[in-house]
Amino acid sequence: MQDFGAAFGQAFALILSGDADLMEIIALSLRVTILAVAMACAIGLPLGALLAVGRFPGRGAATVFVNALMGLPPVVVGLGVYLLLSSAGPLGVLQLLYTPTAMVIAQTILVTPIVAALTRQVVEDLHAEYDELLRSMGARRLGVIATLLWDARYSLLTTALAGLGRALAEVGAVIIVGGNINHVTRVMTTTIALETSKGNLSLALGLGIILVGLSILVNGLVMGLRGSAARLAYA
Amino acid sequence: MHDALTSPARQRTTAAAPAGAIWPVALEDASFAAGDKTLIDRLSLQLTPGLRSIVMGPNGAGKSLLLRLVAGLLRPSAGRVTFAGQPLDETLRRRVAIVFQRPVLLRRSVAANLTHALKTYGVPRGQRAQRLDELLSLGQLESIADSPARVLSGGEQQRLSMVRALAAEPDLLLLDEPTASLDPQATAAIEALVSQAAAKGVKIVMVTHDRGQALRLADEVLFLHRGQLAERAPAETFFAQPQSAAAQAYLEGRLLL
Repeated sequence: MQDFGAAFGQAFALILSGDADLMEIIALSLRVTILAVAMACAIGLPLGALLAVGRFPGRGAATVFVNALMGLPPVVVGLGVYLLLSSAGPLGVLQLLYTPTAMVIAQTILVTPIVAALTRQVVEDLHAEYDELLRSMGARRLGVIATLLWDARYSLLTTALAGLGRALAEVGAVIIVGGNINHVTRVMTTTIALETSKGNLSLALGLGIILVGLSILVNGLVMGLRGSAARLAYA
Repeated sequence: MHDALTSPARQRTTAAAPAGAIWPVALEDASFAAGDKTLIDRLSLQLTPGLRSIVMGPNGAGKSLLLRLVAGLLRPSAGRVTFAGQPLDETLRRRVAIVFQRPVLLRRSVAANLTHALKTYGVPRGQRAQRLDELLSLGQLESIADSPARVLSGGEQQRLSMVRALAAEPDLLLLDEPTASLDPQATAAIEALVSQAAAKGVKIVMVTHDRGQALRLADEVLFLHRGQLAERAPAETFFAQPQSAAAQAYLEGRLLL
């Protein structure tokens, strides 16, 4: 067992030295996470807006379903994606298992319900305010959705950042579908899990510090965005 | 030289649609109920172009509801609202504009609010910049075109709401107490816009509690009481010799219990 203080020292030294392995892991983490959040937004924003504005049978049930999916256990998502992508699975032919693409797919599934559910809430509140105006102007359904999504942009950025936070911190799904293969699918969270079990605390701690730093940065961005939007009266 | 109310687009619209295609606008035994309470009670009236109609009445008389029924924002629970005998459809809807008591402004700049309206009203992209300039000038909003709309003063916000409604080049403009919380200067600016629109042939139907404003603007007064049209009379007659007991009590400042 390493000395706790020494582990911290080595961790900072690793960060400051710009260790190549460390940088590679951070870069892959960010690439996978940002791609997954982008895809989750592409699906979740219009889906959430449709649930907020649409009037169709089953809308209530769909809303409950999407809200429930926010609590999806990552390992279950990982298992589901694993079964889909494994060589015996329906998408096995694509040979995506143990690739960063598989990790993006798993994280997209995890983050999309968060984006959709939060978007629905934000857009529904705004719709209550704009409804009479937009109807009196004869705005069509797609126009209404576009208007609401644009005007809720600061709140929706917060939603995206919430998704980013979830994806960055996620380990269960990506370790199942990525396999934590060195130089291929090794990301921050999976490395922390592996290195901790090996007793190599310095690398695990170094990554942990960076992960916490990123989390603080994301939250800082959220607060900053809210503050700016309120100051500019766009909130 | 033309302004926002006589732009080429407006002239084309007017030329393309037969004059008076929405007239008369009629409520035929229209009622509106919320729960077991009837708020508009078998109300019948016809609106025709020309006269500036001011809607007055005590709180709860159904004035705002009347405007919302005409604007198609509410459906009557009985009876109907027609435009030249037809129900309001997508084409007709854009010929009726409404300004609310509390301005509803998008979370965008003044110019972006107007551009959004022009786009929604189907103004071709190539004409939008010119129309935007005309509308900004009409509302005297040029100097604050890039300001976020929601930080403007109450008067500026309502001026923006007015010119946004006029961007539709409506035949019928419904105004729901647009100056209720404005100072005299801001009120004068809104009244000037109303008079300007009326002079260009836009039919004005405006709700107000302000007797002075009604005297300044009204050609005729529609007096509502308990969801019914208690009296309709030329403005001079209404203020000098109200016929209904409710209108008399209202003008004398008595509470209508």
